[in-house]
Amino acid sequence: MSTKAVPPKIVQGVPMPGWPMRIFKGLVLLVFCAVVIVPFVGVISTSVAPNKQINESGGLVLLPKSISFAAYESLFAGGVVTRALFVSIFVTIVGTLLSLTVSCLLAYALSRPSFVAGRPILLVVLFSMLFSPGIIPLYLTVKGVGLLDSIWALIVPTMISAFNVVVLRAFFMNLPNELTESARIDGAGELKTFTNIVLPLSKAVLSVIGLFYAVAYWNAFFSALLYLNDSKLWPLQLVLRTYVINDTQLGSAELGTELLPPQASIQMAILVVSIVPILIIYPFLQRHFAKGVLTGAVKG
Amino acid sequence: MLQRSKTRPQQQLSLGRRLLRDRVLLLFALPGIALIIAFHYVPLLGNVIAFKDYQPFLGISASDWSGWENFSVIFNGDPAFLRALKNTLILTSLQSIFVFPAPILLALLLNSLFSERIKRIAQSILYLPHFMSWVIVVALFQQMLGGSGLLNNYLRSHDLSTIDIIGNSELFHVLLTSQIIWKDTGWATILFLAALSQIDSQLYEAASVDGASRMKQLWHVTLPGLRGIIILLFILRLGDSLTVGFEQIILQQQAVGRDVSEVLDTYVYNNGVLGGAWGVAAAVGLVKGIVGVILVLTANKVAHIFGEQGVYQR
Repeated sequence: MSTKAVPPKIVQGVPMPGWPMRIFKGLVLLVFCAVVIVPFVGVISTSVAPNKQINESGGLVLLPKSISFAAYESLFAGGVVTRALFVSIFVTIVGTLLSLTVSCLLAYALSRPSFVAGRPILLVVLFSMLFSPGIIPLYLTVKGVGLLDSIWALIVPTMISAFNVVVLRAFFMNLPNELTESARIDGAGELKTFTNIVLPLSKAVLSVIGLFYAVAYWNAFFSALLYLNDSKLWPLQLVLRTYVINDTQLGSAELGTELLPPQASIQMAILVVSIVPILIIYPFLQRHFAKGVLTGAVKG
Repeated sequence: MLQRSKTRPQQQLSLGRRLLRDRVLLLFALPGIALIIAFHYVPLLGNVIAFKDYQPFLGISASDWSGWENFSVIFNGDPAFLRALKNTLILTSLQSIFVFPAPILLALLLNSLFSERIKRIAQSILYLPHFMSWVIVVALFQQMLGGSGLLNNYLRSHDLSTIDIIGNSELFHVLLTSQIIWKDTGWATILFLAALSQIDSQLYEAASVDGASRMKQLWHVTLPGLRGIIILLFILRLGDSLTVGFEQIILQQQAVGRDVSEVLDTYVYNNGVLGGAWGVAAAVGLVKGIVGVILVLTANKVAHIFGEQGVYQR
């Protein structure tokens, strides 16, 4: 352990526990971390493991003997999964940009102290967090505006999160007042103050909120299940449910290729394709999220 | 936080003039507030179909009124509804007993680590599952614990009897609960860790000087420091007591059957969206929503009585 060189007898006023206690704690923590990590390792390994090894093990492989990307080649051959991937990428990118724009504009307006409608609008935002509208009325509303079986049904109903607006507003309000005031004296309008002063100062919070929105869009399953009957519009999460959880066979007709690796590795490859984007942005998320969550909790 | 918007320096301007002056800000707020109204407040009005014999081809306004008829499944105790209610209550109790305290214990463990580096590494690992969708979590559990999953393959290769976990209706409630613990315990520690870091270290020193053991310090210093946040989260949890995880359950309902897996939300979805009993489903959803709001308000009131801050101030 790193504490060997300096003996900190008292940290935070608490006497250091003895070695048995520390080893016990370390073991408990190690088990927890393993329970989280092993499934991911198994899925990634199986997706690249050779057929023979998968058959021998009867399913999941923890350590592939050799690596083959055959499963991924068949997924990207232009069939169901390729299309779902494009849907998910479109929804995530377009949705996140729209969500950020709409949320920031509303939060900025609410952060101006003299805004005439500030109080009633803020109450409308806050009050909406107290209840959820219910599945049936929500479905009928989405149907009513003609979004059923449209890709926009995955974006529009969930475009704005009241919680994120409150977090953004709190951040904007904490920016030094002098900056916006001096911009105003220089003759800048609200739009200019917003784009040239406020947004550049808010990069950190924008990236956190943006990542939260992106993860929500990427993971969205409820909207897709509720609003989309047409399987051509399915995002990755619905494909994952049909072909991995419900174990429907993926044949060459669905995949658009004659080369068929074993189902297990195809299934695991679909899982990996939906996990990896999150793993990639996770370090960025992690750098800021504690801060983001805390501002929200304290100010909200 | 509402205070700042109260100060209106140009009080003398008429409302019309102030609206004109703030037209750009109003325009800024418009799309966001329109979306919140359209997908949060307008659907509330859609709840009128709970009092109607809703026919999709007629639309909401042309359908006949039916009074309280749709609510009869609740008041007369329709077996399918009671089954959904029972499963919901079982699951919500399991969640309050096992899911709720888990992050508190984990936060105490993480907080008691002396090595900052180990703590950080553990946090990065333990937060990760929160960002996975329910589809992924369910699929991972299948791969680990299913009939041909890692656990059973291991048992089989060592000539031991296999354990039937996935698709076993007797273990379904336990499975659901452990999935939630796996997914969200790590993430939920964030708020508790923040509260723990706010506790004045002098309190520990004083307690230690007074000869308090580690257990005593935990009881008299640490837990009181967490009281506010625990009560706050418990109130929020109470408001959600009838919401026990729609996505998670609907994904696994096929495998175990509705007897153990039907909850209020899946009842509404299965009977309404899939079964076409729109009015009945909306009635159940409406009652569920109202009970939720009442629970939050009551819990908040109780928190005030006990001198806690609660979710919002009076």
